[in-house]
Amino acid sequence: MLYAILCYNDEDFVGSWSKEQDAAVMQKLTVVQDKLAKQGRLGPVARLLPTTSATTLRKDSPPVVLDGPYAETKEQLLGFYIVDCKDLDAALEVARDLGAANPGGAYEIRPVGMLNPGSALT
Amino acid sequence: MTDTAWIDTALTSARPQAVGALLRYFRDLDTAEEAFQNASLRALKSWPQNGPPRDPAAWLIMVGRNVAIDDIRRRRKLKPLPEDEAISDLDDAEEQIAERLDGSHYRDDILRLLFICCHPELPATQQIALALRIVSGLTVKQIARAFLISEAAMEQRITRAKARVADAGVPFETPGAVERSERLSAVAAMIYLIFNEGYSAGGDTAEIRAPLCEEAIRLARLLLRLFQSEPEIMGLTALLLLQHARSAARFDASGALILLDDQDRSLWNGKMIAEGLALIDKAMRHRRSGPYQVQAAIAALHARAAKPEDTDWAQIDLLYGTLEIMQPSPVVTLNRAVAVSKVRGPEAALEMIEPLGERLSNYFHFFGVRGAFLMQLGRNDEARIAFDRAIALANTSAEAAHIRMHLDRLIRDSTPHGAKAK
Repeated sequence: MLYAILCYNDEDFVGSWSKEQDAAVMQKLTVVQDKLAKQGRLGPVARLLPTTSATTLRKDSPPVVLDGPYAETKEQLLGFYIVDCKDLDAALEVARDLGAANPGGAYEIRPVGMLNPGSALT
Repeated sequence: MTDTAWIDTALTSARPQAVGALLRYFRDLDTAEEAFQNASLRALKSWPQNGPPRDPAAWLIMVGRNVAIDDIRRRRKLKPLPEDEAISDLDDAEEQIAERLDGSHYRDDILRLLFICCHPELPATQQIALALRIVSGLTVKQIARAFLISEAAMEQRITRAKARVADAGVPFETPGAVERSERLSAVAAMIYLIFNEGYSAGGDTAEIRAPLCEEAIRLARLLLRLFQSEPEIMGLTALLLLQHARSAARFDASGALILLDDQDRSLWNGKMIAEGLALIDKAMRHRRSGPYQVQAAIAALHARAAKPEDTDWAQIDLLYGTLEIMQPSPVVTLNRAVAVSKVRGPEAALEMIEPLGERLSNYFHFFGVRGAFLMQLGRNDEARIAFDRAIALANTSAEAAHIRMHLDRLIRDSTPHGAKAK
């Protein structure tokens, strides 16, 4: 079963990380990812740019373009992983490992209904 | 997130909102700062044991407020006559707690906090120091280091600035639309000043001063989060990102400045460029142009060119033309002339800057650019005079070293090619 692990955190907090703190988190996350990749369980991983760079298209008729992320929340969607796990417990274990490497915020674990891997990006 | 470094980061990120709210409660900057300080001390004790709160800013506002009110009560008991001001603030504070914690004032709180640092009577250096102290929460020591002055001198500068702000009175009423937009542009200008303070550093101090650039970017993003649809704030944020993206390529090992054309573009920070370009794209959709957007668009054209020869100089010339209309300044014209020299040649560029000589007679870059145009035209003797003048006016050793390099090249070239000079 594929799960999406959606990463939420306070963007002000993440944006206040020093370069060293940021690098340390990324390095720890890489260790977790490498382990999953070796087991052939790691799909696409994305770290999104700040929500200030986001634009929202509301599908009214006609569609309306708005600046900023869709949801104004205390914590923001900052990235996601797609991982292959046999059940929810296994997915939670991955989330716990990622969480130990990355302080603050929350992960939403969401089963994937359909995944189109797309073409290789150049 | 229990070790102290992470708690510090959480405190830093919650600071603008928390101090902004506390300032609104107590209407006094010192009280607000002290309240935040006390709340932070409690956080350092409590968070490692109890874990960080879900909403650190709300926690800090609550605790800071309670501690400060206790303080005021205690002081009031010791004094024969209560301070009227303290009492009315206190009553005010208790009545509106619910309203205050709902976060709806969040935007104006932070804007106010930034805005009081931009008081027009404060010289730029004091504005910046004050913002870094109050809003960013850098220590006096850190700020002094970035400004390359002693801690004592910086302490004095900040104290003086605070006294001035207190005298001027803080504007507490919720701003109307016009006022809000005036505050926004004053704050944007102040953030740009912080950035330039770091960006204009020479190679010898660039690393020490880089935190100023990073802090300016953090503040710009914060401002943009509060005002998501302001194209000029998008432009400002983009401009800072696109300029800072080049920082690793701007100086050589000896600290000498490397011109854009000669920079190793593989050292540019791709992620910052991507964010900057995304923001320009967003800003342009609003069709409400402004100086930050135009400058960011110019920086974007440089960022988009994989090689210097790919640079769209004609477009840059046009954009500087637009900027000249928005913000007429001899410095803008001088920058435009560089683009003109690439598009129409050094002769046209030189002609363009001749009228600026009087107003820029003490401006390093004017003589550097003039010398470069003259050199391209083979007018080496005149070029040498311009370069000599530039060296005399150089602000940093990196600037002087850069011109000296041109002079060396002139001397080297003029021996065999002397006949080229008109």
